[in-house]
Amino acid sequence: MSVVEAPPTQSDTLEPGPRRSLGSYLRDNEIDTRMVGMVVVLLAIWIVFHLLSGGTFITPRNLWNLSVQFSAIAIMATGMVLVIVSRNIDLSVGSMVGTVGMVMAVLQAEWLPPVLGAGNSWIWLISLIIGVVLGALIGAFQGSIVAYVGVPSFIVTLGGLLVWRGFAWLTASGRTIAPMDPTFQLLGGGSSGSLGETGSWIVGGVACVGIVALLLMGRRRRRKFGFRLRPAWLDVVLGVLGCAVVLGAVWVMNSYYLPENLAIRYAEEHGIPIPEGGLQIPLGIPYPVLILVGVTLVMSYVTNRLRFGRYVFSIGGNPEAASLAGIKTKRTIVRVFMTMGILVAVSAAVSIARLNAAVSGLGTLNELYVIAAAVIGGTSLSGGIGTIPGAILGALVMQSLQSGMVLIGVGAPVQDVVLGVTLVVAVAIDTIYRRRAAR
Amino acid sequence: MTIASQRGGTPLVEMRDMSVSFGGVHAVKDVSIDLYPGEILGLVGGNGAGKSTLVKTLSGAQKADSGEIYIDGEPVSINSPRDAKNLGIETIYQTLALAENQDAPSNMFLGRELMTRWGTLDDSSMEDAARKVMGRLNPKFQNFKVPVESLSGGQRQSVAIAKAVYFNARILIMDEPTAALGPAETDQVRQLMRQLKEEGIGIIMISHDIHDVFDLADRISVMLQGRLVGTVNKDDVTMDEVLAMIIIGKLPEEVTTKELEQLHG
Repeated sequence: MSVVEAPPTQSDTLEPGPRRSLGSYLRDNEIDTRMVGMVVVLLAIWIVFHLLSGGTFITPRNLWNLSVQFSAIAIMATGMVLVIVSRNIDLSVGSMVGTVGMVMAVLQAEWLPPVLGAGNSWIWLISLIIGVVLGALIGAFQGSIVAYVGVPSFIVTLGGLLVWRGFAWLTASGRTIAPMDPTFQLLGGGSSGSLGETGSWIVGGVACVGIVALLLMGRRRRRKFGFRLRPAWLDVVLGVLGCAVVLGAVWVMNSYYLPENLAIRYAEEHGIPIPEGGLQIPLGIPYPVLILVGVTLVMSYVTNRLRFGRYVFSIGGNPEAASLAGIKTKRTIVRVFMTMGILVAVSAAVSIARLNAAVSGLGTLNELYVIAAAVIGGTSLSGGIGTIPGAILGALVMQSLQSGMVLIGVGAPVQDVVLGVTLVVAVAIDTIYRRRAAR
Repeated sequence: MTIASQRGGTPLVEMRDMSVSFGGVHAVKDVSIDLYPGEILGLVGGNGAGKSTLVKTLSGAQKADSGEIYIDGEPVSINSPRDAKNLGIETIYQTLALAENQDAPSNMFLGRELMTRWGTLDDSSMEDAARKVMGRLNPKFQNFKVPVESLSGGQRQSVAIAKAVYFNARILIMDEPTAALGPAETDQVRQLMRQLKEEGIGIIMISHDIHDVFDLADRISVMLQGRLVGTVNKDDVTMDEVLAMIIIGKLPEEVTTKELEQLHG
């Protein structure tokens, strides 16, 4: 959102040796100062709302709900990063959520049960797979018009915004489709849609091992080639911070307990005696967040480690250079939109599972939240610049603002005003920062 | 029309009767040029003379309507930039064709990335290779991790040249290699070009700068309005004679003293 760059301190001029700000020191060690700035802003938002709301913001209950609410947008924002980096835009994602969500809902509620038998345990998976394939096809179709016919993506997806909203209605003649398959519902979080205490700690532990392994592998690789290493203390700090954040998040998720009436019912169903002082069943990491983590890992891998990701950024940086380098730019653009479509389907699955229903207005305005999340997260609309973690932080900043305002009783119109202003201010700060950095 | 090169042997590149037209306009018409190993051929002419279009047919960025290209005497067909690269033809474009948002190693390997055995980008190996090539070409270059947009014109030119060198270019096409550079950087690039020439690389250099051409080129091909005026050995002609070729399209033996005087108007 904004970047905190430490100004050169006064002492720099007094002390001998090279003049360096904290920002340039971090950059030299390949730490994204912009991300650091965004985390600081996010924490500031949390603390301010915590104080304003009389201590209800930074609580397991609020943070747990916040994490479930922002997942659906964040999942799509990771794909929007690639779309915008490639100098395109996708305005149709909200309507695609409608169409794909509706199709998945109708499949599991009306079309599949007569064929496979009601309660068939494959229904949820088949619905999900068909939804993902449909998302990919819609994305590929729109991407092909952009890449091969040459219609600007703004127009293609503006058309898509209308078309897919229409299809969302047509799929079930505007009816509300409910309920979802019981297994499918787990994808949306909710009282049973989370990992539970033990599972959450295991995931947290695996994540910590992963963080440490990545840092060690990075050091080994750099040493092998004789590149300059980060100071060891900095890697230790990064590792400790990373693990602390992961384990802290797990601890928060595990500190949110099943509501009492549900806990009692759960205990009765499982024959657990209710102890003195009530039953406390930790929910742990909700499945939507787990899906988001998975999406983040896959998308980061695709962006940073695969040719495809590198080509997307090259096209965004200089489309002519990319095609002169022999990159098949058109095919790459189609794949970008296809990836976006797949993520739309995943997000749609989370949304209908959480609502336990699909309505033809599902996903309305999502395109704007998704684009805003990517842009607040540092994705440049002129292409070539953007990160996956940035977009997720962007989505988290937006959701935090929204949830915070709800907590302190700000009305919906004012919420919109604040979100709109935040978007513009974030981009303004970013633009000024980039201009200064370029000098 | 063409003055035969005094060099013996097979030319590295021979382009015969190349023609390219855009909607009825002949951008290039029946042009033939050749290039020998370890030679710099200057390709000159005014705006719209067809120089860039001609070399684009060699670098695979533009399809020719007719004409033949021979590499080492063998006929080849070049339909894409990739075909050209596979034949050892590397091009440094006037616009440099760099992805501004990416660092030097990414740009050097763009489209030809080094991969690990798991099919992922091997950034460390690419950075290592970039450092080694650059150490040979421009030892002062150290900014391997910043986007190339923040580099100076000379440094960016180094990146483009390093790319060609790394991939063992035998034929290097340079479109206005010094147009965007300051004097010190121009010297540096000229030095590099001589170094590459010593290594036996053939270079086709497009330039507006007649001084550049006279300083570097062995032979000079002049184009005017899509046609080849002629090819001359640099040592056999004066700058004025080449200017006469560029402006009025007459070879040194055809041009009159009066016309030469008029050039200086």
